[in-house]
Amino acid sequence: MNKIPLDTGSGKKVTVYLNGQACDAQEGETILTVALRNGFDIPHYCTHPDLPIDANCRTCLVEIEGKEDTVTSCTLRASEGLRVLLDTPQVVKLRRENMELLFGDYRANSPRIRHGYWSRTLEEIGHYRVSGTRYKRDDPQREIHKMGTAAEFDPALCIACNKCVEICQYIGICHLGLEGRGSKTRVGFNPDPANDCIYCGQCTAHCPVEAIREQSHLEEVAAALRDPDKIVIVQSAPSIRTSIGEGWDVPAGTDLTGQLFTAYRMLGFDKVFDVNMGADITTMVEAQELVERLRKKWDGGLVSGPMFTSCCPGWVKFAEFYRPDLLSNLTRARSPHIHSACAYKSWWAEKAGVDPKKIVVVSIMPCTSKKYESTFEHLMFDNMKPVDYVLTTRELISLLKTRDIDLPHLDTSEVDREGTYSGAGLIYGASGGVMESALRTAYFMLTGQNMPRLEFEPVRGFEGSKRASVKIGDRTVNVGVVAMPKNIWPLLREIKKDPNVLDYVEVMACPGGCIGGGGQPIPNTFATVKKRIAGLYKIDSSMTLRTAHENPAVKEYFEWIKTQPEAKKNALLYRTFSQKKKGE
Amino acid sequence: MADLILKLQKANIIGRGGAEYPAHKKWEAVRNALNQSSKGPGLGYVICNASEHEPAVSKDHFILEHHADKLFEGMKLAIKETGAREGIFSLNAKYYATMKTDLDARIAAAKKDGFSMRIVEATSYIGGEETALLNAIEGRRCEPRLKPPFPTQQGLHGAPTLIHNVETLYDIALVAEGTYDDKRFYTVSGAIPHPGIYRLPVTLTALQILEQTENVPQQEFFAQLGGGASGTVFDQQQLAHETVHGAGSVVVHLLKENPRELLLAWLNFFHKESCGKCTPCREGTYQLVRLLEDHKRIPWKKMQPILEVLEKTSFCALGRSVPIPVLSYYRNVLKKS
Repeated sequence: MNKIPLDTGSGKKVTVYLNGQACDAQEGETILTVALRNGFDIPHYCTHPDLPIDANCRTCLVEIEGKEDTVTSCTLRASEGLRVLLDTPQVVKLRRENMELLFGDYRANSPRIRHGYWSRTLEEIGHYRVSGTRYKRDDPQREIHKMGTAAEFDPALCIACNKCVEICQYIGICHLGLEGRGSKTRVGFNPDPANDCIYCGQCTAHCPVEAIREQSHLEEVAAALRDPDKIVIVQSAPSIRTSIGEGWDVPAGTDLTGQLFTAYRMLGFDKVFDVNMGADITTMVEAQELVERLRKKWDGGLVSGPMFTSCCPGWVKFAEFYRPDLLSNLTRARSPHIHSACAYKSWWAEKAGVDPKKIVVVSIMPCTSKKYESTFEHLMFDNMKPVDYVLTTRELISLLKTRDIDLPHLDTSEVDREGTYSGAGLIYGASGGVMESALRTAYFMLTGQNMPRLEFEPVRGFEGSKRASVKIGDRTVNVGVVAMPKNIWPLLREIKKDPNVLDYVEVMACPGGCIGGGGQPIPNTFATVKKRIAGLYKIDSSMTLRTAHENPAVKEYFEWIKTQPEAKKNALLYRTFSQKKKGE
Repeated sequence: MADLILKLQKANIIGRGGAEYPAHKKWEAVRNALNQSSKGPGLGYVICNASEHEPAVSKDHFILEHHADKLFEGMKLAIKETGAREGIFSLNAKYYATMKTDLDARIAAAKKDGFSMRIVEATSYIGGEETALLNAIEGRRCEPRLKPPFPTQQGLHGAPTLIHNVETLYDIALVAEGTYDDKRFYTVSGAIPHPGIYRLPVTLTALQILEQTENVPQQEFFAQLGGGASGTVFDQQQLAHETVHGAGSVVVHLLKENPRELLLAWLNFFHKESCGKCTPCREGTYQLVRLLEDHKRIPWKKMQPILEVLEKTSFCALGRSVPIPVLSYYRNVLKKS
């Protein structure tokens, strides 16, 4: 990677003039950043605030007043009194031609457009009056590359902007790199047998043109909704509700939970449940396991190393591929959407008197690796997959827009009763949330009372690696919270030195946790993720039900579970792990 | 170093890779960067750009073959004066294949004299662009870097780096020993009887060069000056006034040559050599080739918007120079005939 500094100003305040309008800027900041902040509209495809400046797409063109040259605003730095024109006839003409070259035959090649779904890219190029049909681009003679069953790369749409490569490098996986030369330049994949994709989908959340994208389940969901014999259940992950509004330019962090429930009913889902309820089940199972480990340790038993969370399939794939020696330390609890899906296809089906084989569960997730997880055969029970299909936040935006459902302006409605959830389930979306939820319940399990203060700030926030200690009675529990693979390695080195340095570790693949996940709306920036996180904690603090063990739906489920044979109970609550080969 | 910088300025030594940037300015920039470097001197690099991939230019090959003594003198001088830790030859891989024994021996000899030198093979046209060359040496994708920082400030591995073309280092050696005589190497080729490399005064017009080398064709002709791909095309009359810039080539074409084929030769070259980094060059050169292949008559109107973005919005000089031969050929030759 070209070590070009990120877009950081010197701190000195200057005034620049964009189309004659005075704008505050920091000296050295790029004009593109200043312009976007001030509401000006400049197309850009290779600029992302968290990644290096590449200046390769050549669409963010502007002119400096009094000079004839056209320059890229992503490389033009603010200086006192700089006067810039953003859409002179020359600028408009040149940027449109470069976009015609980039999107030469985009319309014909995009499966989303071909299948009649709303496409963010199509809307964008239409906005700039770019045809997307003028040129037939060079064919790199490569097939669509599948990343497991999570994501895929489509060489026909790739514009070699390098953003996926850089984010993959940033999080610490380095699975992607540009390959080929000239008009055949596209993203390629690391051939090293010791390197593999963890399906986190960060590449898909940083692709500006839907070339690296989730493997679509839109058609399958549409078919299920059309089928009168199917009972289609929808459940949304915690992270969806404070981010989906971004698809309609609603500020990140805005809670659209109630509007979402209404939208699901408009789309024709039969039951609206929630992954948050599943997160409460996970908390119960995971806290129980943690409590057992802690008691064993405190009684002088042999406990080697901390317990790790396992609800992030990206992290699990990381462990199964890179560090299979850790697998015995991962909690055996299933992940939230699998837990709740199991509950709905067993407990709820029995309660409602419906044939579980007719139930189709659709999870709406901020994640691409949840698609991968949903295909695991070892998670099946009674010959059923718990979750049938997974849509990302982006896919749901596309589906709603295709159906002309104006989400932000819908009336709110409630989740169906069996989807009742706690604030603890909700904060699973943020890095540290699983830890905080599990501690709330483990504390209760160990002491018989709730923590005096439920908020546990030391594990909150966007930092990639956090540490904290919590007092339970006269004991101290040491915990670690890690986001992104690059932060796992230092922690593992520390654990190798002293296996008992930590009791419990939460690991998430994505920056900021699921809320910054690979299935989230574009642009997925650190600043946006922070706002989404704040939105989640705000909802939690406003709720009265804030612990998993107090959730009435979960209590009812566990009462029912007690009546089930041991094998079934195991199948519904626990999972296993196994070493994975490259590509598995 | 100050002495030599002054001599370079007085002799008006300019970069012979094609960009014609004054050599003394590069030296000054490197000196300033070394002075400002917290790591102190002795950490910079000198790179001899011997990537030579421009069609119809082979003067660097000629110097390597016949004047390697002078070239190595220039390299040693640059290393000594700048206190560089290493001198690197970024060498056209095809050249290295035929000169390996000689060059390896020279590098071994230089090592005995206390000069650390090595050869890195260059395999592409863009590999001659100085920041792409740095990326290639560092094992990165061979594509140009964003400037600033310039190589003189943060070049190879982030250290101040002096990059000179083969001929420039040769000239510097001559300046140091006081024998520089305002001449340069010309590669003369095309529809002529005596193609070759000639060292002649820099002030000559293209026509004078053809006359002095007995290369003026009998039939009507035109010529491309400065580079066999990126050079500018002039008609017979203009050649009487034009001196030769860039990489110093004179390529003679007969007027009867097929225009479409000539354009295709240039555009195929640029398309093949585009690194793929920026949109106009990666996509545009391909579309230009396609347009020509798909049309029997040259589709000037359809080519025009692509040529315009290449000229005005390309990331580096490779893309920006694509329209130069095409449009100068149209303006100076086709439109007139």
